Amino acid sequence: MYRYDEFDERFVRERVAQFRDQVARRLEGALTEEEFRPLRLKNGLYLQLHAYMLRIAIPYGTLSSRQMRQLAMIADRWDRGYGHFTTRQNIQFNWPKLRDVPDILDALADVEMHCIQTSGNCIRNVTADHFAGVAADEVEDPRPTAELIRQWSSLHPEFVWLPRKFKIAVTGAAHDRAAIRVHDIGLRILRHPETREIGYEVIVGGGLGRTPMIGKVIRDFLPKEELLAYLEAIMRVYNLEGRRDNKFKARVKILVHEIGTEEFIRRVEEEYARLDGPSINADPEEVARIAAYFAPPPYETLPVRSHQLSVQRGLDPAFARWVDTNTFPHRVAGYAAVTISLKPVGRAPGDITSDQMRVVADLADRYSFGEIRATHSQNLVLAHVRQDDLHGLWQALGEADLASANVGLVTDIIACPGLDYCALATARSIPIAQAISRRFQDPARQREIGPLQIKISGCINACGHHHVGHIGILGLEKKGIENYQITLGGDATETAALGERLGPGIDADQVPDAIERIVGVYLRERTEGEEFIATVRRIGLEPFKRAFEAQGAGELADAAA
Amino acid sequence: MAAPKRPPLPVILLANDLLDGDVVFHTGRGWSRDPADAAVARDDAAAAALEAVAEAEMAANRVIDAYVVDVELAADGRPVPRHYRERFKTLGPSHRPDLGKQAEFARK
Amino acid sequence: MPLLDRNGLAEDPFTRVETTDIEGLGPVIVPWAHHEAALARRGDNQPVGVEIPNTVSVAELRPVLDRFALVAVQFPSFADGRGFSLARQIRREGFAGTLRAAGPLIADQFADALNCGFDQVEIPEDLASRQPPEHWRRALAAISSIYQRGYGEGASILDQRRAARLREASDGR
Repeated sequence: MYRYDEFDERFVRERVAQFRDQVARRLEGALTEEEFRPLRLKNGLYLQLHAYMLRIAIPYGTLSSRQMRQLAMIADRWDRGYGHFTTRQNIQFNWPKLRDVPDILDALADVEMHCIQTSGNCIRNVTADHFAGVAADEVEDPRPTAELIRQWSSLHPEFVWLPRKFKIAVTGAAHDRAAIRVHDIGLRILRHPETREIGYEVIVGGGLGRTPMIGKVIRDFLPKEELLAYLEAIMRVYNLEGRRDNKFKARVKILVHEIGTEEFIRRVEEEYARLDGPSINADPEEVARIAAYFAPPPYETLPVRSHQLSVQRGLDPAFARWVDTNTFPHRVAGYAAVTISLKPVGRAPGDITSDQMRVVADLADRYSFGEIRATHSQNLVLAHVRQDDLHGLWQALGEADLASANVGLVTDIIACPGLDYCALATARSIPIAQAISRRFQDPARQREIGPLQIKISGCINACGHHHVGHIGILGLEKKGIENYQITLGGDATETAALGERLGPGIDADQVPDAIERIVGVYLRERTEGEEFIATVRRIGLEPFKRAFEAQGAGELADAAA
Repeated sequence: MAAPKRPPLPVILLANDLLDGDVVFHTGRGWSRDPADAAVARDDAAAAALEAVAEAEMAANRVIDAYVVDVELAADGRPVPRHYRERFKTLGPSHRPDLGKQAEFARK
Repeated sequence: MPLLDRNGLAEDPFTRVETTDIEGLGPVIVPWAHHEAALARRGDNQPVGVEIPNTVSVAELRPVLDRFALVAVQFPSFADGRGFSLARQIRREGFAGTLRAAGPLIADQFADALNCGFDQVEIPEDLASRQPPEHWRRALAAISSIYQRGYGEGASILDQRRAARLREASDGR
């Protein structure tokens, strides 16, 4: 993975000192809260309901065992012994004190980490496919591109006071695990159909929130070396012309929507034609320097199939189930990528204790070249595990309550922190996730249901990506009570789609029953081997709506009885 | 600029401590981290006084996000915010009873 | 209102005028709405500056840009970053006069403003009293090199890396 050189090191250290100075000026009144607020946000520091919250960047979701141990140390020393992995591959701590934050930032800098631009109206931490470098369908590892963008976007002189936040995601694979169509900019690395040259498909104007939209392709093929100049053109058009009169209409998706994709393309291309690309772009040697850090680790030469794994699978059905759900095929023979579920039944999705962090760090060292990935579905990945080692890894994970065999299943729920922490939330998310996972806790039943993504947001900002959940749940307030809207049919992948509402909102305690009924329709209607989302697409919303409405009617009848 | 509409009486004043971030409640004399210590304003004059405190304390860089919230009085006289959002601010995360004020100031 | 450049507090030789009657007034800054009339009535060698809202496009400026000694770009709020992009575009047009950012910018934006092509910032009195020149000097020095190529006068981190590579290559020979 990427390592800081002297320049990166100095940059991050100076950023820490700068923030320390900003805090001091805030306390002495030189900076008002109105002025300080965007400065602290651009350094990942929010004020939440109960305390401050510090969001730490995990660029493109990759971190080392050393970094993970440092996060555990920070959790113990300055927080409450746990952290929360977010839907944008970051981690956040929920109880830091402002007075401690400069010291926390120094501790992060010690392990080449920072909080730069994890919030605020600027280019946020860049995300990427969590199976980068692993997936067989990959054209090129997206992480060097993401690292280049991380550096280019960090403290950009021109683009840190944008109309609104700006999120970029990169994938190098045919199957989209980075949700590039619901980002402000999505980049897909591809080969030119004729020249076979590497470049990018550029998608702009996707996003969730109040006005969810699927991004539009504005360039079918951008030559690789032109990336930064082209991004500069897009950002300049957005910075100058994005709406600033209404924060709910300030994202680039609204600009693209209001002026039209063709006109947006015209403006970007006009700006692009005027700027001097070679003076902006990174030279090929710099791109190669970054890429070298992502060279494959020293794999062993192994048989395609592990004999040991077959034997252990046969002996231990629980292990076999975990292998089935939590491993992903590796392009290198004899290896597998392992997803560590942070969704044990009844717990807050994405939460991890400091002890668990240390266990994961140790296991990464022992089994996966010391590298860990965070996924946008709030799980972790050990990307390069020998199949021979899977059983040992599984046992060790089990001892730390990290061996839930539910990746991609109904209990692998994405949820934002919701009103249990977040000052913006209108309702809680975590207890809803807990109730659903308890309802569906039977492992056999989860496997019977098969792949099903439930995504929960505690407000319209949609950090829980509910619009693109197969089943989406949005928590709102209705007459002083938490109320939940259910959507169906969303999809965050290359077949991206926005879910549609099933009916009126329901109370918190009705949600598990509603999910039960939706699942019931699926189980009744599915054809052999048909996954949930495929059935929804085939039969449409109506049968689900009828079941959903029947629940409402049933409850009215109960109440009347 | 017109004053923002004040919630119905009675009200208490809460905020977050600037340096610590912790939720604090105005006692009438100063700030307390225990919601049971909150001074309850039962009339317009008392509520207006709390609002003045909020402005002054934010201007003095001691607290941020200070505002008054409407409460009910529990059987033992303690103020309990009517809205669930502010009620959580007096308690902590609902799924983690071991954290926040609900743990720190647990009543016997 | 206080004017700061990279050396600290600066004298402002320009006078803001709201009319087009600028003859004999010395260096003046006129509002964008009056710029055509002002240019028509300027005296010989009289420096004329123009103050523009950040919604004026560079295409509108292009035909008249080289006739101004100064362009002041308004920042209605420190959080409105349009002026940074506009400054870049104005410099790209070859504007060699003084480029001023006018409005409630904060010290922490000083380096960005200069790197985007501004020469100076003009801030309200009350803000200047909270954030004295020492704060602006410190904020300017906070980050010694940035990654982005083509911004500001110092070599970017990418350019410094390239220079180091070239040195290594020549040393290696």
